[in-house]
Amino acid sequence: MSVVTLQLGQCGNQVAHQLFHVVCSDAQNAHKKTYRAESCERFFHQNTHGELVARAVLVDMEPKVINHSLSEAARSGRWRYGESSHFSQKQGSGNNWANGYCVHGPRHRDVVEELVRREVERCDRLAGLVAMMSVAGGTGSGVGAYVTQCLRDIYPTSFIINHLTWPYGTGEVIVQNYNSVLTLAHLYQLSDAILVHENDTVHRICSQLLNIKHISFSDVNRVIAHQLGSVLQPALTTDSHGVYSRNPLGIDWQVRPPGGSGRSMGLTGGSFNTSLANLLILRGKDVYSAETGGFEDPALYTSWLSSKEAFNSWKSPVPFNKYEKSATLVSNSQALLRPLDDMVGKAWNMFASRAYIHQYTKYGISEEDFLDSFTSLEQVLSSYRHLC
Amino acid sequence: MTQSVVVQVGQCGNQVGCRFWDLALREHAYVNKKGLYDEALSSFFRNVDSRKSAGGACGVGGRIQHLKARAVLVDMEEGVVNEILQGPLREVFDSTQLLTDVSGSGNNWAAGHMTYGSAYREQILDKLRKAAEHCDCLQCFFLIHSMGGGTGSGLGTRVLSLLEEEFPEVCRIVTSIYPSAEDDVITSPYNSVLAMRELTEHADCVLPVENQSLVDIVSKIQLMSHSAKPGSVIKRDSTVISGQGGISGPEKPFDAMNNIVANLLLNITSSARFEGSLNMDLNEIAMNLVPFPRLHYLVPSLTPLYTLADVSVPTRRLDQMFSDAFSKDHQLIRADPKHSLYLACALMVRGNVQVSDLRRNIERLRPSLPFVSWNQEGWKTGLCSVPPVGHSHSLLALANNTCVKPTFMELREHFTRLYRKKAHLHHYLHVEGMEQSFFSEAIASLSSLIEEYHHLDATKARLIPDAPRLSIAT
Repeated sequence: MSVVTLQLGQCGNQVAHQLFHVVCSDAQNAHKKTYRAESCERFFHQNTHGELVARAVLVDMEPKVINHSLSEAARSGRWRYGESSHFSQKQGSGNNWANGYCVHGPRHRDVVEELVRREVERCDRLAGLVAMMSVAGGTGSGVGAYVTQCLRDIYPTSFIINHLTWPYGTGEVIVQNYNSVLTLAHLYQLSDAILVHENDTVHRICSQLLNIKHISFSDVNRVIAHQLGSVLQPALTTDSHGVYSRNPLGIDWQVRPPGGSGRSMGLTGGSFNTSLANLLILRGKDVYSAETGGFEDPALYTSWLSSKEAFNSWKSPVPFNKYEKSATLVSNSQALLRPLDDMVGKAWNMFASRAYIHQYTKYGISEEDFLDSFTSLEQVLSSYRHLC
Repeated sequence: MTQSVVVQVGQCGNQVGCRFWDLALREHAYVNKKGLYDEALSSFFRNVDSRKSAGGACGVGGRIQHLKARAVLVDMEEGVVNEILQGPLREVFDSTQLLTDVSGSGNNWAAGHMTYGSAYREQILDKLRKAAEHCDCLQCFFLIHSMGGGTGSGLGTRVLSLLEEEFPEVCRIVTSIYPSAEDDVITSPYNSVLAMRELTEHADCVLPVENQSLVDIVSKIQLMSHSAKPGSVIKRDSTVISGQGGISGPEKPFDAMNNIVANLLLNITSSARFEGSLNMDLNEIAMNLVPFPRLHYLVPSLTPLYTLADVSVPTRRLDQMFSDAFSKDHQLIRADPKHSLYLACALMVRGNVQVSDLRRNIERLRPSLPFVSWNQEGWKTGLCSVPPVGHSHSLLALANNTCVKPTFMELREHFTRLYRKKAHLHHYLHVEGMEQSFFSEAIASLSSLIEEYHHLDATKARLIPDAPRLSIAT
């Protein structure tokens, strides 16, 4: 099953590049032929010269990052990007979500849709689309939200996953909270799943776990790519019967709370964030003898889901990215409550004074649009807060 | 990549502009060793091969033939522009980029704005359009002028309106030189206030620079240069006032001060011209630093002012550079941002500086800097890997800060002292198209601007509670 990746904006392009690098090297080092074949099929197609070409569409409103990516990949000798799989303009979105969503998105819609269509048609079996972007800037966030909407219209039954990179809390862009709120509110209606990496958290991983002294964005992106790769590479479930063809995106995230109340107001005390669903992926040595019962403890989950329904586990005996044993946990839980609440809070404070709003209204995003987005996210926060 | 066009108006505007082009060539020569016409060069220069047909414009990638500045030079006297055309920079401009007259504006804003503004409207538009046509993707106009005279102030602001009318999508960044208190032009308060209104209404960003601050910085450096203390000898060509290494000859009066402003422009555009790990495009400056349309006055500060020559003395620590950027001695207007209120702040770093250095210094300095309640983390940062000539790293800070209020209030006071007595008013009212209402509207505009800063200042001492969030029915 194949995945088509859409890389949007500077961050999206840089992180996705690292992802292809990781999965390619992991696949080529794998000792199991079936794993290698499935992984290559998932992320690459072979051109007439027998080279691995990424199933990717690169989009940015300014050319520097894409140009750098294309030449880096070609230089690696192991894989490359398609020669005409990219689209860029001369002038960026200026950190302005409205500029990305209302101006650049619609203006270049046809070209981008065509590039995606070409990649999708090249797939024998499409698992789905993964869009990679940041939420703080103008292109990844604004153009990314617009493109996701277009793709949802064209491929209504395909899985669409958005991988989002959240910015450092202390900021590198002053209007990042506005851009993030607008992006999340829009994606929430469109995406099947939103996978999140926060720069602050990844930065901590680099300094505390990996002991890197002078952390650069390359270090951060490598960690993100490693984690994402470990989710998307082939794995087996109990019903796979040894065949690595499970759809990596077909995670059943659809959870409907029971109708009617009678739920008590949540006491969110207790040391765990309540989860809706957890996916544990084990790779490498001794995967089949690993004891994972702890993940099925009902205390972890919301009361209206049994842990049998809420917990899934995938395994692969093939070691990932040179780690003898590795485990990845993808969690749909209250863990994201604090960061999301902080972000919405800061954006709301700024909005209360109407600072910077004129920069957005001049491109077509009104105060009403902002209010709608805030309302949408407050509802999400409320739903998660009341899980028990 | 995008291009920018510099429009220099009046004596001061052209003298500063001249220093800018000289230092820009010096900077590119330092970086561009192969003599190729690259994207960085193309942001401010065209490459022209006079042997080719159709104007001979050459695209990016070939060898440098003849560099022409993307500039329009306007002056109502011939002296300064003629000097430029006879000097070593003459090759950089061609006659179609120039507009001069002979009699000057007599330090009269109305003469510049109304009389010359109307007479030369079409010609100015024509030259601007030509400059724009030479650009693949024009992103920004840089206007350089002084506030106190007649041409730069009056005609300069007329050009600003024309830019807004004709190229509404293109960013307008204005560098305005404000007069010192002891300015020898008696009517400079009138000219400045009349111009201020235009800046408030038609510019995207204004970088105010006060002559007195430039004088102070120059004295500081010269004091340092002449001190014989070991370990304090300044490295040649490394000061922010030095024009050494450029193609112009011996320094003229005002060159030292003008070099500071030229360096400001070089640093603000560095991230758009050269690469770095965290690029900051020109359109991101307005987006991040202008929370309300009229409050677009950004106080610049440049560090370091010089590099010490003695290599055995350790390079002034990186952290010192960040601290200096917030000290009142480094601001280009006489103001103390640390004791006023920050609305937003941009740090544009050049040279060998990492993200971790940036974060560390922001965290260190942040507690002592008062930020407005709704923008507690209001930092916009950029990292450009190419340092300026003579330094290993440098920092330009742009602060949207209420510390501009005293400067504006002083201007208002000087204006009122004259206006109350109707002193010299007749010179202005005699000009065709000029009316007294211009004066009253201009001072009203300035007062209202001061009020807005005042309101923000008032929030400084108060503890503003977080705005109550939307509540969702459960």
